[in-house]
Amino acid sequence: MAKGILGKKLGMTQIFSADGLLIPVTVIEAGPCTVVQKKTMEKDQYLAVQLGFGDRRERLFNKPERGHFDQAKVKPRRYLKEIRFNEGDDFADLSVGDSVDVSIFSEGEKVDVTATSKGKGFQGSIKRHNQSRGPKSHGSHYHRGVGSLNAVDPARVFKGRKLPGRMGGERVTTQNLEIVKVDQDRNLLLVKGSVPGVKGSLVIVRNAVKA
Amino acid sequence: MNLIDIIDKEQLRSDHPPFGAGDTVRVHVKVVEGANERIQIFEGVVLRRMGGGVQENFTVRKMTQGVGVERTWPLNSPRIAKIEVVRHGKVRRARLYYLRERSGRAARIKERRR
Repeated sequence: MAKGILGKKLGMTQIFSADGLLIPVTVIEAGPCTVVQKKTMEKDQYLAVQLGFGDRRERLFNKPERGHFDQAKVKPRRYLKEIRFNEGDDFADLSVGDSVDVSIFSEGEKVDVTATSKGKGFQGSIKRHNQSRGPKSHGSHYHRGVGSLNAVDPARVFKGRKLPGRMGGERVTTQNLEIVKVDQDRNLLLVKGSVPGVKGSLVIVRNAVKA
Repeated sequence: MNLIDIIDKEQLRSDHPPFGAGDTVRVHVKVVEGANERIQIFEGVVLRRMGGGVQENFTVRKMTQGVGVERTWPLNSPRIAKIEVVRHGKVRRARLYYLRERSGRAARIKERRR
């Protein structure tokens, strides 16, 4: 069952479960999203719905964007993302202009959450690639540096060598998070554990592929 | 107010009496034994209250057969049926860790009269 929704990460807190355990949760304000376009097998060779989410001042949309929304006869939305589905899913019944809200998910379900991770700036290879450090003392002089770059024989460094550099700010998916609570009145999803990204950033919540 | 604070607030319990470090309290804890649930009472001196909001918790210390026993609960836990204040203590600090090194007469706390 492929399905998904767009949302905004609001932050983390803790809530009590029925048996009295304090559970760490991330609060996501998800939907309501509008279906702006449908990709079809005949025309696009794959199946997906394009969901729009979030508001933005009308005049900030340029003409091509406005045209895209006018064609669907929906209010312009800030974010557009496609959610792919398979034949026979509930999402196949959606048509352009429909809205998708948190009710597609239920408590206890597992989801994958995708977002852009927090930018960490320029980081060394220990933090960036989980490499090990050298001895602190005993005359080591080798503390947090990268290890060997390569064998000597090729006389060059192969592409893809793990080195210090920019870390974070990339698309990350956290898999198999449990939905602790669905709040339909306020359009909230409470997901167990942490979710990539800063507060206020766009997140994509999809059903878990490995569940 | 942002939604996170609202969610936090919904979980706070307002039915507890005001109490703090040094007070002697009787905590009614719900205990699950197999299928049935019963209430167990833990009575002792409050060592501390820590944190705020949903996370706020408190620690109670009592002596059982010469051994000190401390238990900590989240203040807003649904597992706590009731908290009764038996006696208000007069103490000069918020964390009474010094009680761990004392026993008997030395561990007494004066009563606060209001």
